[in-house]
Amino acid sequence: MSHSELINLTIAEARDKLARREFFARELVEAHIAAMDATRPLNAYVTETAEKAMEAAKRSDDRRDHIREIGGSCASMEGIPIAIKDMFCTEGVPSTACSKILKGFVPAYESTVSANLLRHGSIMLGKVSNDEFAMGSSNTTSAFGAVKNPWKRADDAADLVPGGSSGGSAVAVASRAAMCATGTDTGGSIRQPAAFCGIAGLKPTYGRCSRWGIVAFASSLDQAGPMARTARDCAIMLEAMAGFDPKDSTSVDKPVPNFEAALTGEVKGLKIGVPKEYRAPGMTSEIEALWEQGIAWLKDAGAEIVEVSLPHTKYALPAYYIIAPAEASSNLARYDGLRYGQRVSGANLTEMYENSRGEGFGPEVKRRILMGTYVLSAGYYDAYYRQAQKVRRLVSNDFSEAFQKCDALLTPTTPTPAFAIGENADDPLAMYLNDVLTVTVNLAGLPGMSVPAGLDQKGLPLGLQIVGRAWDEETVLRIGDVIEQQSGFNSLPAGLAKL
Amino acid sequence: MSTFDKATVARMATLARLKLDDDELDHFAGELSQILTWVEQLSELDTDQVEPMTSGVAGEGLRWRADHVDDGNCQDKVLGNAPEAAQGFYCVPKVVE
Repeated sequence: MSHSELINLTIAEARDKLARREFFARELVEAHIAAMDATRPLNAYVTETAEKAMEAAKRSDDRRDHIREIGGSCASMEGIPIAIKDMFCTEGVPSTACSKILKGFVPAYESTVSANLLRHGSIMLGKVSNDEFAMGSSNTTSAFGAVKNPWKRADDAADLVPGGSSGGSAVAVASRAAMCATGTDTGGSIRQPAAFCGIAGLKPTYGRCSRWGIVAFASSLDQAGPMARTARDCAIMLEAMAGFDPKDSTSVDKPVPNFEAALTGEVKGLKIGVPKEYRAPGMTSEIEALWEQGIAWLKDAGAEIVEVSLPHTKYALPAYYIIAPAEASSNLARYDGLRYGQRVSGANLTEMYENSRGEGFGPEVKRRILMGTYVLSAGYYDAYYRQAQKVRRLVSNDFSEAFQKCDALLTPTTPTPAFAIGENADDPLAMYLNDVLTVTVNLAGLPGMSVPAGLDQKGLPLGLQIVGRAWDEETVLRIGDVIEQQSGFNSLPAGLAKL
Repeated sequence: MSTFDKATVARMATLARLKLDDDELDHFAGELSQILTWVEQLSELDTDQVEPMTSGVAGEGLRWRADHVDDGNCQDKVLGNAPEAAQGFYCVPKVVE
């Protein structure tokens, strides 16, 4: 197969063709290295590990030969080239969370999730960009510069944001410079960039994937998940990532289902809830129309549509912007210029801390540390932080009530399509509103997925979000797969790797 | 409830060990006041009878683990990323005269 055919395969297709020996892992990896090269102007990768990837591909082919001799089956992602978000610590490969303060940091250990993916046979092509410390919705705050969306509006040449924080992941997958990529999602950081770049992305139930070895942003909200081009590929990848890890105290000891087997193509009899509060202010009419279309698709496929109410929806975003900065200010206290990362000297120890942190962190990170410090400080803790935790309970209870009446929810992923680089830059509140439809799911710890469902008038992709009960990623994936079948989404971005 | 004035920003920056210049103090005072006003809508809700949610997902608590050593003897690895290390220790500016 030619390089351009190879990079356009899905994981499921490549897996089956590798098994039938139609090509070798080293050819598949070589094609993706060429794509990584061709898409460099998009700035998705921050560290490329092409040589290591080629060596790993040879080992993968050897393993496959060996298993063929002795009989048995290969690991589920044997030979599949993947990208890893720079939030994940990767042994011997720089891991910086795209922050100046971690410049030059080379972990001596591998995060559990990336180790699981490697153990399942996948091959890392490199590390991909994100907003600094995963704080953002545009991937413009990365210390490595803005990442560009491979999609463009039909009528202008402006570079658009890929969304964030997992912007590099979404761009690598959308432009065919990786078959899939890891993301992390604290308030929408997998689903929003997936929607902006026309790919699929799933935030699992909190505790499904280990957080060990992932740079911590807001520990009670952070969750790693798969980003790929189809629901099926997300299912394959999630199964390889997930699982109990004693090293993460919030990892939950539950068996990992065969997620791919959940894709039955069947939604007959399922009850799909449509929350009326999700008609967000500023939502474009095209997105509302797409939502109606999604409802019609599921109805056609035999699902029953029920209206549900999530009355505390409008309080979720402000609660998030107390809880997430509070946890971030505490987590980021570890960057002291002393044990790792960038040190800027000072006359004494305190000045060294202040200088290192003052120079090492960018403006968005500083803003959140200041906000977090404030809401946790004496006299304000109850009024802000404790109140936000109570509102979090109310948001979570809303979902529990809704799931009495339905099996999953369908909503748009974002209120708007991708915007131009530089838009919203001077107004943090406008930027925060990107997460208005996704953040509720993090507060409640539920699984949520975005699937590409259509294009707007200017040719930009739009996503629909499916939200499930805790631990029921299977239903979420099943519905996502059916929406994909119904929408027949097969549009390609202008910035696709040309080989 | 309260405002995020320049003096408050400076106080938070000291608590958080963040060096900020005067322009940054002004800039953050403006932005953080706006954000604070916006989050104050949470006070509309009566939450007297509501238990704060502290877990990542309802129904899951933290589990206990055995208190035993399962790692160690890797001093070189631990110090490998230190900006400055000597004789098996991290080096810091003098803290005792």
